[in-house]
Amino acid sequence: MALDKSEVEKIAHLARLHLSEGDADEVTRRITDILALIDQMQAVDTGSVEPLAHPLDVVQRLRADAVTETDRRDALQELAPAAEDGLYLVPRVIE
Amino acid sequence: MIEKTVAELSSALAAGEVSSVELTRAYLARIDQYNASLNAFITVCRDSALAQAEAADEARAGGRRDPLLGIPLAHKDIFCTDGILTTCASKILHNFTAPYDATVVRKLKDAGAVTLGKTNMDEFAMGSSNETSHFGPVRNPWDCERVPGGSSGGSAAAVAADLCAIATGTDTGGSIRQPAAFCNITGFKPSYGRVSRWGMIAFASSLDQAGPLCKSAEDAALMMNVIAGLDDKDSTSIDRPVPDYTATLGDSLAGLRIGIPKQHFAEGLTAEVEQSIRDALAEFEKLGASVTEIDLPNNHLSVSAYYVVAPAEASANLSRFDGVRYGYRCADPVDLEDMYKRTRSEGFGEEVKRRILVGTYALSAGYYDAYYRKAQKIRRLIKQDFNRAFEQVDVIIGPTSPHTPFRLGAKTDPVAMYLEDIYTIAVNLAGLPGISIPAGLPGGLPAGLHIVGRDFDEAKVLNVAHQFQLATDWHRRKPTLVDREN
Repeated sequence: MALDKSEVEKIAHLARLHLSEGDADEVTRRITDILALIDQMQAVDTGSVEPLAHPLDVVQRLRADAVTETDRRDALQELAPAAEDGLYLVPRVIE
Repeated sequence: MIEKTVAELSSALAAGEVSSVELTRAYLARIDQYNASLNAFITVCRDSALAQAEAADEARAGGRRDPLLGIPLAHKDIFCTDGILTTCASKILHNFTAPYDATVVRKLKDAGAVTLGKTNMDEFAMGSSNETSHFGPVRNPWDCERVPGGSSGGSAAAVAADLCAIATGTDTGGSIRQPAAFCNITGFKPSYGRVSRWGMIAFASSLDQAGPLCKSAEDAALMMNVIAGLDDKDSTSIDRPVPDYTATLGDSLAGLRIGIPKQHFAEGLTAEVEQSIRDALAEFEKLGASVTEIDLPNNHLSVSAYYVVAPAEASANLSRFDGVRYGYRCADPVDLEDMYKRTRSEGFGEEVKRRILVGTYALSAGYYDAYYRKAQKIRRLIKQDFNRAFEQVDVIIGPTSPHTPFRLGAKTDPVAMYLEDIYTIAVNLAGLPGISIPAGLPGGLPAGLHIVGRDFDEAKVLNVAHQFQLATDWHRRKPTLVDREN
């Protein structure tokens, strides 16, 4: 399936990526090529085939609902670009 | 000493012929000499490595005898390492010091291994040549103008050039096996679920699996004995007993049934690699194995299905990189959306962004059935092909890659790069164990042999590889390194 530039820009927005005007054409062309590769699978009739989401035929393991992790808030927030008083800082959202 | 296998080093350490500190110093000196030209390491942990080596020597003096005690190794920079820079070869994590150890890292630490550093890779493991790294490409030790393969190219080059004794890697579509083939080393991808993925930065969660890059199948078994097994922190790790993988290495191959997929000996395979693989098959017959042709009729669809499943899962996994909690944040964002978009656009490289876009598209409203669900159905067909084949044969053997390593910059078209993994990708979709071992040096460049086993039959794959390595010496061949300073 061929994509046009406006569709690629819409997908980029969904993925929270910024596409510069200069890049959009090149990216559209590359992605169209990749979709052509992917579309080879459309030739196969898979009507009665069950999808395989995961290589193992097992059910999700459950664990007891118990606290196992220690509180490492301060250490983890040291990794943040901006944090203060135990909160992550981002640009103002509500005026 | 540094060229020896882990098994040999372990004996030398036990016999007191060398100490871990001496070995660690020797590898660090080797890294100093050759890393400038190979670019195999992103981070070298000199001080902590020597401290770990001293601790290993003391533990040995106190009577401890683990096989990996004091063995210097390297981790692919996709594994979180407590207190050590963990970049995934991306600008978006260029300043990320992991606050914890991945389970694989912790287990190897507990076994007494010494961490020399973190190896270069394709950004977020997305690539087959190591050229997508934010830190520049790794060079192939056999020819510095050629790629080492990817995505675990730094680990493969480091092992091949004796910058470490053994290394970790991850394999989502061939990322351990293809670089192992290109660098003339042994690279093993276990069954999906065999090794914990906890603390391994996620690319495609239903495909990713960790494993060793090493100098022999015996060394792969030694590392598997440490890293395999159930982990409560990874809900997809499997609850099955872990055998001693070294116990069956010596089993005879008499009566072994080898299947060779006709699709892996068709158009695209170079004559020189084919000859190496045919010679290896003759060797297996001498060892008592029989060889029959098998059919994997949906193999040609594996790359198509993979490039839906892997980007779809990647687009979800990589949504966590938002510039809020860790890693890179763009300068002076005007609002939250601007911060997300510029952080991600400036922080991710071109190939990573392409895959996020493809994955987002495949999962978007109206396209889910045509792409993601369709790919999962193809995945079922691919798995069924293997199940049918394994009714007739014990292992499947073919080439790891259609050719020997290509030149840096030779493949600029993403689709051409994706087709690099034509023989390895189906194994990830099916979740099977697979190994690449050295099988020849046509034109002086490595050719890899691919051995695939049944679900959780790691022991058989390692046994077959080990028996081949007892009968041949391709895995002992070493490149002549070029020292950039000289």
